[in-house]
Amino acid sequence: MRARVLIRPKAGILDPQGVAVERALPALGFAGVSGVHIGRLVELDVEDASQLEPMCEKLLANPLVEDYEIIVER
Amino acid sequence: MKFGVLQFPGSCDEVDAFDAARLLGDAELIWHGERDLRGADAIIVPGGFSYGDYLRAGAIARFSPAMESVIAFAAEGGLVLGICNGFQVLCEAHLLPGALLPNANLHFTFRQVELEVVNRETPFTGACAAGERLSLPAKHAWGRYHAEEATLDEMERRGQVLLRYAPGENFNGSVRDIAGVCNEAGNVFGLMPHPEHAVEELVGGSADGLKIFDSMRLAIEGAHA
Repeated sequence: MRARVLIRPKAGILDPQGVAVERALPALGFAGVSGVHIGRLVELDVEDASQLEPMCEKLLANPLVEDYEIIVER
Repeated sequence: MKFGVLQFPGSCDEVDAFDAARLLGDAELIWHGERDLRGADAIIVPGGFSYGDYLRAGAIARFSPAMESVIAFAAEGGLVLGICNGFQVLCEAHLLPGALLPNANLHFTFRQVELEVVNRETPFTGACAAGERLSLPAKHAWGRYHAEEATLDEMERRGQVLLRYAPGENFNGSVRDIAGVCNEAGNVFGLMPHPEHAVEELVGGSADGLKIFDSMRLAIEGAHA
């Protein structure tokens, strides 16, 4: 099955990429944008979806500084 | 004594680390695919961009066969020094607390930095004088040290913060100006600035980096005496 893992900087940890993009948007005329965060997307085919969480804990994310969200396509 | 210097695909500072180690003892390069640490008394995990920094800096290198041996070596009390990318690898391997994040200014920055030696009663700082400052080059894009507040309090209480950026020198946004930390047992040390590039006045801006390697030599030779 196809799975997507979304990895984001944990809340409260400075995300300088998000800040830079948030500051750039108003300069292009996009007003009212806040809370911009930039993370990573990992797409993968897996036979056993139960492996996704240990994969995230061990390699795909650093749980100390990142949150992850697993989305499995049915 | 003998230093073992790891070499990953994408390492770029292993030769300087090797040359610095050779000023004080024997040294050997150890390819990442090897498990044999060649009887080294101390291991250096060098700077660079191991495995292209894919995923996160240090994330892939941490699972190399050589690192598995280094994790076992550290568990037995062996001295391990991680410099820059090596520091990132040691954090990813959970040999050191915390993590390194992209610099707050998002820039790759190369500059000389002034550091305060916070704790000199360790195998990595024993050759430094009380209140001494070290001048070392730093060059990285992912050097912002981060750990949770409770972890930081505990680390400071145990003397695990060995180096701090001097006032005005914390260019990467590290929490509490932290430039180098050791593990709870005190035998694993990681720092972002580069002692191996500062072992000769002529090309390093200072020879202060030699004090880190010399501290390790003194600790090893003291242990053998």
